[in-house]
Amino acid sequence: MYGFLIAVGVLLLLSIIWMVYRIQTLVSVVKGSDKKIASSSNKVNAILFVVFLVAVGALMFWYSIKEFDNYQLPIASEHGVVTDQLFWITMAVTGVVFLITHVLLFIFPYKYQYKENRKATFYPDNNKLEIIWTVVPGVVLAGLVISGWMAWSDITAPAPENAHVVEIMGYQFAWDIRYPGKDNILGDYDYRLTTAQNGMGVDFSDKNAIDDFASPVVVIPKGEPVLFKIRARDVLHSVFAPHMRLKMDAVPGMPTRFWFVPTKTTAEMREELGNPDFNYEIACTEICGRGHNSMRRVIEVVEPAEYQKWVSEQKTFIQANPALADGIEVEVKEVADIQQ
Amino acid sequence: MATAAVATHDTGAHDHHEHHDNFVTKYIFSTDHKMIAKQYLVSGMFWALIGGFLSILFRLQLGFPDMSLEFLRPLLGGWIDEAGKLDPTFYLALVTMHGTIMVFFVLTAGLSGTFSNFLIPLQIGARDMASGFMNMLSFWFFFISGVIMFISLFIKTGPAGGGWVVYPPLSALEQAIPGSGLGMTLWLIAMTFFIASSLMGGINYITTVINLRTKGMSFSRLPLTIWAFFLTAVIGLLSFPVLFAAALLLVFDRSFGTSFYLSDIYIGGEALPNTGGSPVLYQHLFWFLGHPEVYIVLLPALGITSEVIATNSRKPIFGYKAMIISMLGITILSFIVWAHHMFVSGMNPFLGSIFMFLTLIIAVPSAVKVFNYLTTLWRGNLIFTPAMLFSIGLVSFFISGGLTGIFLGNSAIDIQLHDTYFVVAHFHLVMGSASFFGMIAGIYHWFPKMFGRMMDARLGYVHFWLTFVGVYMVFFPMHYIGIAGFPRRYYSWTNFEFSNMYTDLNMFVSVAAIFTFGAQFIFLFNFFYSMYRGRKASSNPWRSTTLEWTTPVEPGHGNWPGEIPTVYRWPYDYSKPGAEEDFIPQTVPLSATPESNLPHEQEQVKMELEIMKEEESEVLVANESKH
Repeated sequence: MYGFLIAVGVLLLLSIIWMVYRIQTLVSVVKGSDKKIASSSNKVNAILFVVFLVAVGALMFWYSIKEFDNYQLPIASEHGVVTDQLFWITMAVTGVVFLITHVLLFIFPYKYQYKENRKATFYPDNNKLEIIWTVVPGVVLAGLVISGWMAWSDITAPAPENAHVVEIMGYQFAWDIRYPGKDNILGDYDYRLTTAQNGMGVDFSDKNAIDDFASPVVVIPKGEPVLFKIRARDVLHSVFAPHMRLKMDAVPGMPTRFWFVPTKTTAEMREELGNPDFNYEIACTEICGRGHNSMRRVIEVVEPAEYQKWVSEQKTFIQANPALADGIEVEVKEVADIQQ
Repeated sequence: MATAAVATHDTGAHDHHEHHDNFVTKYIFSTDHKMIAKQYLVSGMFWALIGGFLSILFRLQLGFPDMSLEFLRPLLGGWIDEAGKLDPTFYLALVTMHGTIMVFFVLTAGLSGTFSNFLIPLQIGARDMASGFMNMLSFWFFFISGVIMFISLFIKTGPAGGGWVVYPPLSALEQAIPGSGLGMTLWLIAMTFFIASSLMGGINYITTVINLRTKGMSFSRLPLTIWAFFLTAVIGLLSFPVLFAAALLLVFDRSFGTSFYLSDIYIGGEALPNTGGSPVLYQHLFWFLGHPEVYIVLLPALGITSEVIATNSRKPIFGYKAMIISMLGITILSFIVWAHHMFVSGMNPFLGSIFMFLTLIIAVPSAVKVFNYLTTLWRGNLIFTPAMLFSIGLVSFFISGGLTGIFLGNSAIDIQLHDTYFVVAHFHLVMGSASFFGMIAGIYHWFPKMFGRMMDARLGYVHFWLTFVGVYMVFFPMHYIGIAGFPRRYYSWTNFEFSNMYTDLNMFVSVAAIFTFGAQFIFLFNFFYSMYRGRKASSNPWRSTTLEWTTPVEPGHGNWPGEIPTVYRWPYDYSKPGAEEDFIPQTVPLSATPESNLPHEQEQVKMELEIMKEEESEVLVANESKH
């Protein structure tokens, strides 16, 4: 019944619009306005541009200011401060250009709308102007690029020697985390060794792998460099830690990395935001299939001392599952036994 | 005068063929560039509707995640699960097909295909394309491509679902996502036909522009539309083959066990034998087309805008030469910026630095174009035809979307913004909406030449304002969502604390999208109604200077019934001081307008007179020898 009523309503509305359309067409024919070069609509359109400029401009400013704290994510890494600063500098520069060009773009239509007795100015070129507005944007952009390039070089420089290594492996649809253990060296891996028990394909015949351990949460120390070694097992994924301003693709067959220095512990951030449930998160930002939107891992940033304690408490892969040590060389096995 | 009549007869012999056209050769397997253009236009509009509709489907999911989509079951069948929700895999397929359709079928074929075909011969003064047959073939390859892509929407495992960029390994492995099965195969076949179609079209456009310009139509007298179409075709010719190579290697990886893109993969409980390949290789190959593709889509729209803004400002386009140089710059630079899509793909960061520098260079010619448009409006005598409104809208989108490119081209800032909604907002404004507005502007402007009737202007105004406001309401809020870090291609954001908000803003975007999509039906009505019932057009309704307006209202096969007109001046003599009218068509000799000639043109008048005298004697001699 409702469907029928809605259909009748829509039909009525359409027929009214149709009538209005026909009538205005006929009226314009009678008035002869369709023969004119510019009808009265010209003025309406010119005014609408100004209305649009003012209304949408106001809306933009109002919303940008009102929502600032919501869309501006808190920063929790050293380089994040730099990249955010670059972001806002660029925002200021482009914002000015955006405003000036749009004011001109929408004021000109109003100011120079068609008048029968006026003739447009014949002004085909001016090389001086062209040079000015080639060089000025060029110089401004050069400034932005150079500051961006310096930041980029720092961020992508090799990680410091003492960086804490964490391996993150993406697969459909989760992340596995591996720590190198006491030696701070990750053991070898081979995707062909992957089994249900050994999801990361760790090669336990490599001595360095003996003290490696897994963790459901990425625990990292505050104020010390952390190196994420990133890889993928099946398709492309991308590690994205929004608060750390960190993003790097996980590529099968090609390990990638990203290092950074976290600046605030989870506890500190909780206090700062007044949100006791706050967590740093990792998400996936490279389309990877059905569960692309559910690849969540929590990052827990703790004080360095707490981190050391946590590391020493973790059980290695082999301790957690002795079956993994089956079939590996005796010598290596001994090392594993000593550790236990 | 007698000589002119004879000349008319010579070329006019060509015209007699058109009367023998039957339905099939006139409307289906036509070799007339105008009909092929209309075929492209109608197919482009069909695809725009499909592509737009797909986006409405996934916007429903994003804006109203709790809504029951049960009412879509008759259409989507099993893709709506028992709870009335959209299937997440199908969501990804929708996103993928929306991108593919809009970029390739609407904005490449629909825009370039329509206007390059329609305008190149008409504006350079040619009877038709260099090869009418190849032109026809180009359309029909596109048509086959479309049929295959359309079929892929309905197969059981769904269409391709790995994003429009179809990165392997996701697109190579059927185990990874159902869409990478038959759907992906059809996608690759369809794209192969599409590439063949673009190449045939492009070769034709280039050849025609170089070889078939009428007397006097030097490159420095070409309208900017033609420059844009010409350079677009050059870009397409150089970059599409690379996409073909990328697709071919992907076919090999998918079907013949090679390892170009695959390496070290464990999926579905089994380790695949492939080693040594690199998924990043595919990304390099893909973006070697993918980035120039942005300009393939955008340049024709900018060309159309230049023409429309100049005509309706009653002013010459400001900086004609600067516009050409900018377009040349964009053409060349477009080939060396591709890796800015890959800053965080794991490629060498040093490469990232290089591409950051190159990328920000390309912003300069784009900025120059914007300033030139603004100066063209300055002290003009503006007439707001619907085409003019859409052109001004295009400039606005080009600025808004272009400026956000400066953020994304900066690799340090891109770390955070890459693959978030900021990127979505950026390219939908600068490439999607701007090009779309260029296309619509072109339709409003050249409709009288295509169909001999006028579109209704008032409906055009309504269409413009609803769409212009609508597009901003859809894409502007995405900047905020993007800065907040919302990733692209997410079925829902509720799994994460950082993105577990802005449900209101997403709902707003979805409503705006539905509203904007709805507004396009005003245009569709206007288009089809005006085609049959619109006011009859005069031969030059916008009082424009270019050659297409010297043809009859409805040009027949061969475009000009008599001799092809000769060109004596550049295409932008609007409001020339001293001239009586505010426009002087390109066909008016400088010697006929002594009152408005500029000092440097006086020189040309002498040359012009000499040439005309020579020609006359040549024609006389030719006629003598015939008798």
